[in-house]
This record gives sequence, C-alpha cells and structure tokens, in this order.
Amino acid sequence: MKDKILQLTGIQSFLSPWVNIFKGEETKKNINILLKSYIFPLLSILLFVLVWHTGATYLYNKEATSKIEKARAERGEAAALEVQNCIYSGEVGCQPNTLPSPAKVWEAYLSLLADHKIISGKKEAFAKKVEKTNAKRAEQGKAAITYTGRPSFVDQIGTSLKTVFAGFLLAAFIAIPIGIIIGLSSTLRTSMNWLIQILKPVSPVVWLLLVFMIVKTLMSDSDMDKSFMISFISVGLCSMWATLVNTSMGVSTVDKDFVNVAKVLKLSIGQNIFKVVLPSSLPMIFTGLRITLSVAWMVLIAIELLAQSPGLGSFVWEEFQNGANDSNAKIIVAMFVIGMIGFGLDRIMMVIQKMMSFNKEVA
Amino acid sequence: MNQYNINPIVGTTKSIINPQKEIVEDTRPDMLVCKDIAKIYPTPKGDYTVLSDLQLTVKKGEFISVIGHSGCGKSTLLTMIAGLNDISKGHVFVDGEEVREAGPDRAVVFQSPSLFPWMTALQNVMIGVKQVFPHATKKQKQDICKYYLDKVGLGNDFHKRASELSQGMQQRVGIARAFALKPKVLLLDEPFGMLDSLTRGELQDVLLEVWQKEKITAIMITHDVDESIFLADRVIMMTSGPFAKIGDELKIPFERPRNRVDILEHPDYYQYRGYLMDFLNH
Ligand SMILES: Nc1ncnc2c1ncn2[C@@H]1O[C@H](COP(=O)(O)OP(=O)(O)OP(=O)(O)O)[C@@H](O)[C@H]1O
Ligand SMILES: [Mg+2]
Repeated sequence: MKDKILQLTGIQSFLSPWVNIFKGEETKKNINILLKSYIFPLLSILLFVLVWHTGATYLYNKEATSKIEKARAERGEAAALEVQNCIYSGEVGCQPNTLPSPAKVWEAYLSLLADHKIISGKKEAFAKKVEKTNAKRAEQGKAAITYTGRPSFVDQIGTSLKTVFAGFLLAAFIAIPIGIIIGLSSTLRTSMNWLIQILKPVSPVVWLLLVFMIVKTLMSDSDMDKSFMISFISVGLCSMWATLVNTSMGVSTVDKDFVNVAKVLKLSIGQNIFKVVLPSSLPMIFTGLRITLSVAWMVLIAIELLAQSPGLGSFVWEEFQNGANDSNAKIIVAMFVIGMIGFGLDRIMMVIQKMMSFNKEVA
Repeated sequence: MNQYNINPIVGTTKSIINPQKEIVEDTRPDMLVCKDIAKIYPTPKGDYTVLSDLQLTVKKGEFISVIGHSGCGKSTLLTMIAGLNDISKGHVFVDGEEVREAGPDRAVVFQSPSLFPWMTALQNVMIGVKQVFPHATKKQKQDICKYYLDKVGLGNDFHKRASELSQGMQQRVGIARAFALKPKVLLLDEPFGMLDSLTRGELQDVLLEVWQKEKITAIMITHDVDESIFLADRVIMMTSGPFAKIGDELKIPFERPRNRVDILEHPDYYQYRGYLMDFLNH
C-alpha cells in the first residue's frame, strides 16, 4: 500500500533517479532523467524569474522617469529633484506604482505571513478573553461571541478552500446522479443534450447573478451566511458540467460484453447500475471530477471577487482597490498561491483518478 | 462429394476407435431446436439477410461445434440462441420453451473473457451463482464458485482481481462462470480465439474435463478445425452468407473421455480433418 501510494503520487519516480545515481546504477541514464525532469524545469523557473525581474525593473524605471518628468512639468526643476531623491531613497510613499519585482513579492509574502501571526495571536487572546462569557452564553442558549476582526491571508485561503470544496461536492451530488440517469437512456440523452450544450458555456458571472437572484429571494429571512451560499452554489453550477458529461458518456458507453453478461445473468436494474454500470464508468466519472475541481478553483476566484464573499478572490480585489504601495506585490503573492493550490488539488485528484481506474492507463 | 470413406450424416457408421461398437440412432431428447430461423439486419442499403431458413437440432448432452467462413453468421446464430439478438423469423426452443430473452439457462462464453475487471475471480463467478441459486446459503454459493474455479485450475487465485489475471486465466474464469450457472445449454463463441496455441490446448483440455462431468449441451463456434474435431460429437458446417444455412454436418464418433494424443494419432483423424477442410475450401 505504501509503495502504491508512492508510485501513484509520483514520489517514487521523483526519488528513483537520485537513489539510482547514489547507488551508481546506470549513472548516465539517470543523470539524463534528472536533467530532463528536474534541472530543466528548475532552470525554466529561474529564467521566468529573471525575465520577470528585468521586465519589472524596466517598468519601474519607466514609471519613475515619467513621475519625475511630470513633477518637472508641473512644479519645476526643484520639485523634480525632490521626487527623484524620494524615489531613490526608497521612501515607501513615493515608489512608482507598477508591476512589482520578484524581490518585492517575496517581501510581501513574508509580511503577509507576519500579519497572519499577529492576527492569530489576537484571535487566541480574544478566545481566551471570551471563554467564560461564551460558556455562560452557551448555558443560556445564546450564540457564542466570535472574533470579527480582519481575516489574515491564510484565513482567506482557508475560506476559499472551504468554498471550493462545498461547490465541488454540490457539483458531484448534482452531476453524477443526473449523468447516470441520462446516460442510461438515449432518449433522455438526446433530449437533454441541447440544454446541456447551451448551459455549459455560460460564464461564471452569469451563474453568479442567477444564483444571487434565487438565493436572495429564498433566504431573505434566514440568518445563514448568504455570500458563502451564493458563491459555493455558483461554483458548483459552473463546474459540474464536465462531470455531468463524462458520467453520462461513461454510463452510455459501457462495454457491450458487460451489457451482454448482465443480460445473460438477468441482473435487476439496481444490480446492473451498482455492480456493472457504475464501476465500469468510475474512471470516466473521476476524470470528470478532476476537471470539475480545477474549473471550480478557477472560477472561485472570479466569483468571490464579484460576490464580495470572503476568500482569496476578495483578497485580490480589496488589495487592488486599496492601492497601498505593497498591494500589487500582495496580488502577485495571491496569484502564485492560487496557482500552487490549483496544482496541488489537481495532483490529489490525479492520484484518486489513478486509484479508481482498473486499467492503470491514466496519464 | 464423399471421396473419404465415411458417412457424415447421422446413421449407422462404425465407430472408428472401436469398430465393433455400432453407433445407433441418437435417442436422447432434443435440448435445442432452431426452426426456420432467419436473421435480417436492416442496413442503409436495404435489408441484409445473414441467415435464412436455418434448421438445427441438438440433443441433450451433445457437444457440437460450428465452423464456417468469417462473417457467415456464426456469432449471429449463437447470440440469437442466447437471446441477445432478435430473431427475425422462425423460432428457437430450449428444452421445449421458446427463447424470448437472455437468461442464465443459456450461459455464454464470449471470445473476449468479459469479466468485470473490478471484481475478483470469485466475485465474477459469484455474481452469476447468486442469480441462479438465490436461496442457497452463503457457504453453499461459495462452495459452488470455488468448486468450478478449482476445476478450471484457479484454486489459488480466488481473490485475484480479474484485471490482474492473464488472458488465459481470465477465460478460465469465464468457463467457470458459465458452468457454475448450471445452464441447460452452454454457448461458446470462439472462446479460445484470442489465446496462443499452447494456452489454447490447455484450455481445451480444461473445457473437456469439466464438460465430461456435467454433460451440458454445448455449442461452440470455432475457426480451428482441429479444435472442432477434438471437442465435438458433431461438427456443423455453415455455408457462406448471405442467406447462410447449415451446409453439412459430420459426426465425430471418437470415444470419450478423449485424449489429445490418441485422437491425433488415430488413423481416421486426417480423414475427418480433410473432410472439413474440403468443405471450407469450396
Ligand atoms: N448489427 C449488425 N448490423 C448489420 N450487419 C451485421 C450486424 N452484425 C453483424 N452483421 C453482419 O452479419 C454478418 C454475420 O456476422 P457474424 O458476426 O455473425 O459473423 P461470424 O460468422 O461470427 O464471423 P466471425 O467468424 O468473423 O466471427 C456479417 O456480414 C456482418 O457484417
Ligand atoms: Mg463471430
């Protein structure tokens, strides 16, 4: 089992060339593997950072020059000199506002982490402070007092993950059963096909507005977290299509031999679905779920941004609106975090997908 | 037509292995009767009649093999008997009852093993046994499955996943699954067609061994003339399509239980073989 997990996650193939070089087996071949799979990708990342750095420096200089020129044109030579000095002294207030350099982004990352530590400290202190009050309130049947201060970056990540997970589950719960039903009947499949094809390409924004209209009316007097509801339902609706289509495809293309065996054995409809149709379409379903999760994560950011619901999306939006001098850098930190989490989620799904496929042929 | 000195149609031929013993008229009851059956596939270019006016009677406990050119409609005939393919005209009766749909009384072994790859060997057999013996205890059902898996030589592989078995092993499970259903008729559509010749020989022996005990009426399609002689009591030769029917048949009166070496070395073996080859080459 441990071996299997290592193999499926790719850890084994990651480690094996190192181990083999260390053992002195097939040194040349393994060095080639290492070069191809690790050294070159690392080099390409390095190159990317270099290009980014050069570009950012160029933009910085351009913005600085235009700032100085503007001061000179509006307020004369002395002002221009003042602005120039201010910029090169590194004074925070007069830095040109443009694409931040890699170093700035790294700084912003560290400051976000520090910020998270401070906020968690505050939260803990708050929790201690209200511990007794909350116990009393619980006895009286009242809701506990919770911390309502500003969430940290890490909290935002947590919220986003929660939302995407809820949306993903919703998508699975809607798409898999419907997919099975329409997969079983070619009549249903053709009659639903248009509807699916029309709804599938609808933009996340439109789904959000639609969900907003419905949720607003339905939950006008409920005290549930409306923005969370709206964003996770929209995420679910946007992302469920891949699973729906794949499930119905998988179910409708069950191997003809399996169908014949089921007929010869006279399996009941229930047995047929649970013992034959579902297991044989599991690989397809999980391929769909993998796409669904990656779509969900992608649209989540846009939806949070629009719905003003807490999470990475609104973090990005707030920073953009905020316009503080390190806002741009924070946005880019968020970009990388979003990308890496997306990558991680996809990896997890890939492992599950591989475990589900009985032929072990998934790329 | 009969350049070989044997009489192919049912009659009073001398048994070749045991010349003293006369083959008498088969008095066993009919297990399978195909009466005037036809199969017409509608195609874009009009109807295509694969089989027409086909008659076939198989006695209880008889093993027949069907040979014929590729595309003549052998699989079509078999799937019609199995109830997996509509019968365009005519009737098929199994043990006196007309065939209307598929059922476990007509077990099928397909060319590809068609096991459920997500199940173990045992589960693959069990799913059928559960359908046929719903009132048996769990232990009894397990015993049936294990008995047949053991018989086909998989005594140590009950809990291996089907996807982890070799082609030949998978087809063994397929045979076990079919026999475990205790069918009235066993239908085999080129069950060994995908196997290498060594495995094929092994599986022919396995099939004969299990069949010898159960004497289930069996119909096996094959491309292999030697296989058809080795296994069957009677070889049915189908004419080429369209409008294919049964062109000729040849009794194989070798005694059972059969042994490959004895049969291959038998002086009359090549006469049978030549007769069948002759039919196919015309
Ligand atoms: N669903 C179908 N629709 C139209 N024609 C079909 C269909 N199935 C089979 N046929 C045709 O019927 C004929 C007989 O097919 P069948 O599969 O029974 O042949 P076969 O004797 O089993 O051949 P082989 O030895 O290659 O397995 C073929 O010409 C084939 O093209
Ligand atoms: Mg065929």
